[in-house]
Amino acid sequence: MAARVSLFVTCIVDQLFPKAGMAVVEVLERLGFPVDFPEQQTCCGQPAFNSGYREEARQVARHFLDVFRGAEYIVVPSGSCTSMIAHHFADIFQAEPQYLEQARQLAPKVFEFSQFLLEVAGVEDVGARLDEVVTYHDSCHALRELKVKDGPRRLLSHVRGLELREMDAAEECCGFGGTFSVKFAEVSGGMARNKIDSIVRTGASAVVSVDSSCLMQLQGALSRAGLPIRTLHLAEVLASR
Amino acid sequence: MSAVFDDKIQTTLADGKLQLAIYTATGRLIEKRRKAIMPEGCPDYQELRTHANAVKRHTIDHLDYYLEEFARNVEAHGGKVVFCKDGQDVADFVLRLAKERGATLIVKSKSMTTEEVDLNERLEHHHLESVETDLGEYIIQLAHERPYHIVAPALHKTREQVADLLTDKLGVARETVIEKQTMIARAVLREKFLSADIGVSGANFLVADSGAVVLVENEGNARLTTSAPKIHIAVAGIEKMIPRAQDLGVFLKLLGRSATGQPLTVYTSFLSGPRRGDEIDGPDEFYVVLLDNGRTKVLADREKRESLYCIRCGACLNHCPVYRKIGGHSFPWIYSGPIGAILTPQFLGVNHEPALPFASSLCGACAEVCPVKIDIPKILLELRSEVKEAEQRQGANRLERIAFRIWAWVMRHPRVYELAGMAAASLAPATDGGAWVRSLRTAIQPTPLRAWLSQRDLPPSPPKSFRQMWRER
Repeated sequence: MAARVSLFVTCIVDQLFPKAGMAVVEVLERLGFPVDFPEQQTCCGQPAFNSGYREEARQVARHFLDVFRGAEYIVVPSGSCTSMIAHHFADIFQAEPQYLEQARQLAPKVFEFSQFLLEVAGVEDVGARLDEVVTYHDSCHALRELKVKDGPRRLLSHVRGLELREMDAAEECCGFGGTFSVKFAEVSGGMARNKIDSIVRTGASAVVSVDSSCLMQLQGALSRAGLPIRTLHLAEVLASR
Repeated sequence: MSAVFDDKIQTTLADGKLQLAIYTATGRLIEKRRKAIMPEGCPDYQELRTHANAVKRHTIDHLDYYLEEFARNVEAHGGKVVFCKDGQDVADFVLRLAKERGATLIVKSKSMTTEEVDLNERLEHHHLESVETDLGEYIIQLAHERPYHIVAPALHKTREQVADLLTDKLGVARETVIEKQTMIARAVLREKFLSADIGVSGANFLVADSGAVVLVENEGNARLTTSAPKIHIAVAGIEKMIPRAQDLGVFLKLLGRSATGQPLTVYTSFLSGPRRGDEIDGPDEFYVVLLDNGRTKVLADREKRESLYCIRCGACLNHCPVYRKIGGHSFPWIYSGPIGAILTPQFLGVNHEPALPFASSLCGACAEVCPVKIDIPKILLELRSEVKEAEQRQGANRLERIAFRIWAWVMRHPRVYELAGMAAASLAPATDGGAWVRSLRTAIQPTPLRAWLSQRDLPPSPPKSFRQMWRER
């Protein structure tokens, strides 16, 4: 029997993009993985950590560790949150041996969604179909902290009817950056517009990524510019048939 | 954020010409580097980075030992080493030497370290003329500006602007062809080289086992600066040290490629001491000024010490999407871009510009291209935490702190979290068929939402959260 998967849906997907979360469940169940959603979960603590509030980040991270204690696998539809849990928990618990140990034990069990499909499930073709020209946005933390680069592209290459057109600025930041997007709104908006120029040049009608926060930034800017291009979480693409 | 910082950012963003100049120039440097590190020309690029990082870590961890070795070897070659605490010390030394030797004119080759301590201004204050001889630096000096970029000081200037500047300052006919502009500067600078009493350079590397100063450049002006005048003074931060001449190969390969996409710069000078008896050129006197100016303070901090590994290639600036938007002059100190964002708070204190470590999306492009693998995002995060600690001590930014405290409490109470989410959703404006929200018509308009909406639309609130959908399925 396949291993039990605990879904950490992330606060942003829970509150704003539930369809992406449901798509993750659908794909995992289609592949035969029983999915469990620990209802006590909230956030990984990254907003506080990135804003310099280490103690507040620790409080939320402790809650996370307690909720997911004993999980076999944790799947996260976000490169950024995965990296927070797998890499940065160890940074913030340097002075708390008990939680440091918990964080270390948990780290190898945490997988960004596409990582889980390729590395644990060992699947490239999930049987999806989507007749659309898409381009892929490398979210910074998935790309640079988790080294997720080819995986999502391999998964997309098996989607029937789908054409992936690479943009020249695929690896350039969308400008979100958490509170950066509102603290330095004009800079962040400018970065998004640069990225959009690159997206438009591909002629794609959708942008795909593994992070809903990047997609929120990009969709917000696309919508503001009046461009008929939609954003899709990788899971939404893989769930369609 | 200080008003000055905000103002400079807004001014740069609003200047379409400048935006294009920055984006094009950095784009060109990105492309050159990309080609220079391709496996065909540089098969061992990643190994070089790993090696350079290891050498730097070792050197910085044992800097006391290598400084002594370096000083011993410089003196053995007939040179002199001067340890300086700060910019005042450096200026005092140069001024005293100039007075003793009756010097009135100094030629300078490009050096961020002398910019760091305002050496030109300090010397001019005492009526000692100091002329920059690197073309970009010369332009900047004529314009009374600061370098826009660690490697390309006049990156923001168009050829038209340079034409106006040369006409205005030198009284020459307006010339927009870059090669001809170069010839104008060259004619002026040749005269300066020939009559200068002292040449001041920086140092790209200090080699401990050879007591040598290594300089890389493309214009030949550093070679003239260090050999034409009778006196050569090299001003270097103590962190420029590498242990052995044989380590140099690794750094030279990385520096040229990372900075300008060159396998090697046009000139590489290895300077060890004054002219020996039978040599035909070189200075009569050779001094190396070793500058602290806050470096020992950084050295004492184990967590962030790696900031001192920097070899000033500027690759992190070119690849930084924030630098490419806000440019070099928005940054509060002479060092701009990601490396400036980590050096400035450490050298000048986090209060100098508390918003600086936050002016980053933490995308990590800087660390990815850093030839010595400085983990800049990690250091930015450390500095953010230090800013918040300082604010707490000073009782500043109380509202944000309270907001994060409440947020953390809510996140530890799942039921409250869910209710808060439902409350927020019920306040969100209704949209047609999930259209994105362009503006808020509510009475309460929280600042973050207003800031978001100044640039982008907001996602509509979904009818149900994920957890509701999960329960109902």
